[in-house]
Amino acid sequence: MHKEINSPRAALLAGMRDTVPLLVGAAPFGLIFGALALAAGMSPLGVAAMSAFVFAGSSQFIAAGLIAAGTPIAVIALTTLVVNLRHMLYSATLAPKLQGLPLRWLLPLGFWLTDESFVVAAKQFEETPHNPHNRWYLLGSEIAMYANWQLVTWIGIFAGSQIRDPQSWGLDFAMVVTFLGMLVPMLKDRPIWIAALVAGATALLAQGLPNQLGLMLAALLGVAAGALAERAWPLPKKEAA
Amino acid sequence: MNEALLIAGMAAATMVSRIPLLLWLSNRQLPQGLFAALRYVPPAVLAAIILPPIFTPGGQLALGLHNPALGASLVAVLVSWRTRSLLLTIVIGMAVYLLWRAYF
Repeated sequence: MHKEINSPRAALLAGMRDTVPLLVGAAPFGLIFGALALAAGMSPLGVAAMSAFVFAGSSQFIAAGLIAAGTPIAVIALTTLVVNLRHMLYSATLAPKLQGLPLRWLLPLGFWLTDESFVVAAKQFEETPHNPHNRWYLLGSEIAMYANWQLVTWIGIFAGSQIRDPQSWGLDFAMVVTFLGMLVPMLKDRPIWIAALVAGATALLAQGLPNQLGLMLAALLGVAAGALAERAWPLPKKEAA
Repeated sequence: MNEALLIAGMAAATMVSRIPLLLWLSNRQLPQGLFAALRYVPPAVLAAIILPPIFTPGGQLALGLHNPALGASLVAVLVSWRTRSLLLTIVIGMAVYLLWRAYF
């Protein structure tokens, strides 16, 4: 897809470039969050600080709802943990591709890891598993996501004082269609189809579980189904790495 | 509400989910079978995140013209499949969704 990524700089820029469409998808989400958190009673500074230090879209969204409902801080933090459990899957997936990196790399790469950067990087790492600049690619994607998230949060804070009922605008569909646009090109072989179908069906059936635990269950079952399906329909062998 | 405490708590909870496994697994080899299974994480997570809001937007299964998320998603899948362009998929999918909501 890219011309040779043969320097840290090229990798950083490639990671940023490949993340641009996802910025478009995440922007409405951040806008609504900014407006919603303000409406929930947070101070403008507090809303901006949450995006800066927490940087986890869906849990920030849920937290805004919980704050409005007067939920205790400990419960909100615990909910955040559960909602973010899927990031454990992400970090476990990327870790083997980031072997031997020092803490000064791993800590920021982990802090900035989101759904979007994970998917973008996982794809790139599968295509070029031995590129020594892969960490720069992930960093580029993460920096782009982070900067964008701060910016759109600020815009949301600013606009929030003007907009009534930001959620009724339907902008939250942007995340769905973004992830859909990432998923479709992935569906290349039968085990991947099966993983996606099992995960999706489980998520539909397990929606009743609290705190998106259904999502976690669905992801795990989907991965297991894909791995099992691979035994029935083995993948074409890549040349030995 | 003490906002500093709230943000510190949420930040800690987020880091606990993102950082420890990265540190732990980045200097040891995973068993081959587990390692191979990780290629299914992205499609599984994405499907699990998006299917509920597409098929059950209000908490109820909604298969029909009155569900703009379903209609727009079908269009988005077609666009994505034909063009492979993520940006085009997002823009067209979003446009169809908003128009559908306005007119059905």
